[in-house]
Amino acid sequence: MKEEYPEHEEHHGHHVHEHSHIEGYTHTHEHSHDVPHEHHGNTPGKAILTVEDVDFEYRSDPVLQDITVGVARGEILAILGPNGVGKSTLLKCMNLILKPKAGAILLEEMDLTKMSGTEIARNVGYVAQRNESARMTVFDTVLLGRKPHLGWKVTEKDYEIVDAALRRLGLADMQLRYIDEISGGELQRVCICRAIVQEPSVLLLDEPTSALDLCRQMAILRVIRDVVDHHNVATIMTMHDLNLALRFADRFLFMKDGKIYAACDRSGVTADMIEAVYGIAVDIVMHKGMPMVVPR
Amino acid sequence: MHLENGSTPEHYRAYVGRKIALILGGVVLAVIMFFVSVSVGAVSIPIPDIIATLLGGQGTGLYERIIWNIRIPQALTAVVAGAGFAIAGVAMQSILRNPLASPFTLGLSNAAAFGAAIGILMFGAGTTGSSIADAVVVNNPYLTTICAFLFSMLTTVIILLIAKMRSATPETMVLAGVAISSLFSAGLMAIQYFVDDTKLASIVFWQFGDVSRSSWMELGIITAVVVAAFAYILFKRWDYNAIDAGDETARGLGVNVERTRLFGMIAASVISAVVVAFLGVIGFVGLVCPHMVRRVIGDDHRFLIPGSFVCGAVLLLISDTVARTMIAPHVLPVAVLTAFLGAPVFLYLIIRGRRM
Repeated sequence: MKEEYPEHEEHHGHHVHEHSHIEGYTHTHEHSHDVPHEHHGNTPGKAILTVEDVDFEYRSDPVLQDITVGVARGEILAILGPNGVGKSTLLKCMNLILKPKAGAILLEEMDLTKMSGTEIARNVGYVAQRNESARMTVFDTVLLGRKPHLGWKVTEKDYEIVDAALRRLGLADMQLRYIDEISGGELQRVCICRAIVQEPSVLLLDEPTSALDLCRQMAILRVIRDVVDHHNVATIMTMHDLNLALRFADRFLFMKDGKIYAACDRSGVTADMIEAVYGIAVDIVMHKGMPMVVPR
Repeated sequence: MHLENGSTPEHYRAYVGRKIALILGGVVLAVIMFFVSVSVGAVSIPIPDIIATLLGGQGTGLYERIIWNIRIPQALTAVVAGAGFAIAGVAMQSILRNPLASPFTLGLSNAAAFGAAIGILMFGAGTTGSSIADAVVVNNPYLTTICAFLFSMLTTVIILLIAKMRSATPETMVLAGVAISSLFSAGLMAIQYFVDDTKLASIVFWQFGDVSRSSWMELGIITAVVVAAFAYILFKRWDYNAIDAGDETARGLGVNVERTRLFGMIAASVISAVVVAFLGVIGFVGLVCPHMVRRVIGDDHRFLIPGSFVCGAVLLLISDTVARTMIAPHVLPVAVLTAFLGAPVFLYLIIRGRRM
């Protein structure tokens, strides 16, 4: 894998081409074969999900323009940027919950638009920002994640996968509790669990830590990191908290005005970049080897 | 992903078992109530005689005729109509994400009543005659039924078209339903103000929904529609669970939310339109049953749909039996009773503020 990514920054004058090493990464500068685009960037070596030149319009207002990005297995990509910049929209385009106006989403080499909703759901799991609760047990809620694999009947195998996933995420003790009686953090974990039993190769998480306290934010992100590391899935998540993002994600996509402002790894994140995107001056200080963003 | 070390938890098995037992309990109750319903009435028939008649044994001719021609069609109609309203209510509540959605609240019943009134007005139905209930007869029942059905479906089409124009959000559908409903009540009032006494009586009489209106043929049609729609709605149970979890989550799980909404609405509307067209307006069963079942069984549509089916059948069967015998020798149309029964439950739901 490599961490040089397409940028779209001609209009901004910032150039971020960091080639730094972070632990566990090797640099293989092979150009990804068949993917022509004019952004001088490279898609990652073994991108499992590739977004290519995607444009999205909402009632003919451009929301996303020329988005190109890829994510590899075992990797967390954080989409960052201010409110309303199109982070969630981009995430929803990645499994065609929203249909891009132009461009392509590729799952390995397959075009997502040529796949049925069920086929997409077998490969891409999605956790929404807001999750509705109902009078359903935790077990049944997670079992819903098997829907893309279900025939007329739920099989023993489905139950077993749900059981294993519940244990994996530490939810086994509450499997018969109703989700309208559990806390927000627990519901978030249940919803991530539901996405995991889809057995996807890509997980899309829309602000998985919003509305959670510090302790639960850490807990959720540890779970996600753990799933990514142990199950070799690729994860893309939108986030607001830069410090949490820097701590848990591998790569960062900064968005501004519906475009990619910069894409880089952890050491590539600069104070200028954050100031340009969020419009607030910051310092980046190192704390125990981890970059921290501190507003000035 | 490697999630191989799991096993089906025993607790979960037991929990599913309890839900299935509850539904089966409802079925048993329905069977018992069926016999009670056939047994009681102006002529009371002992249950052994009913069983003998059903098995083709030699009952007395009188019993046999009452059982086969009056009681059984009526009881079975209550069963399928109640079940039909209940599953239509479940489907509408889920796809419209609104706990108050039901065939009644969405205006399908008002539209049918208006259609029936048009039928009675235009096609000369309602000439004086004799009937078991009153000196009122709906002279050309099929024409009236067809009018009622058409107007009910017309309402559905309008709701769906409006939803289509404004991208099918549940809110638009519910609001459109409420608006159309009040339009048809206004139309119905206008008609009632201007028609002569006989027709007015027919129109009003039609509106008192009553399961005794159906004979074997009507029962056959209602049953076919309800069973087909039930099969479809049950087939879509996971889709409804997914929609309960949120539209985006449902899409992420591969559910075509718009199409599920559209077909679900059509299925629920066809059930309601057919039942109302044949039997008249019977309110609240479609609203109340799903909520009763939700309390006991929860929102999981795998159990909620069959549970509501059974609950609707039992509730309308009991209501009809009570309505027929409560103020004997007078016979109340079941709609009067369900309306009385429904309102307190409705208020209870509002006060409890139960979110879906």
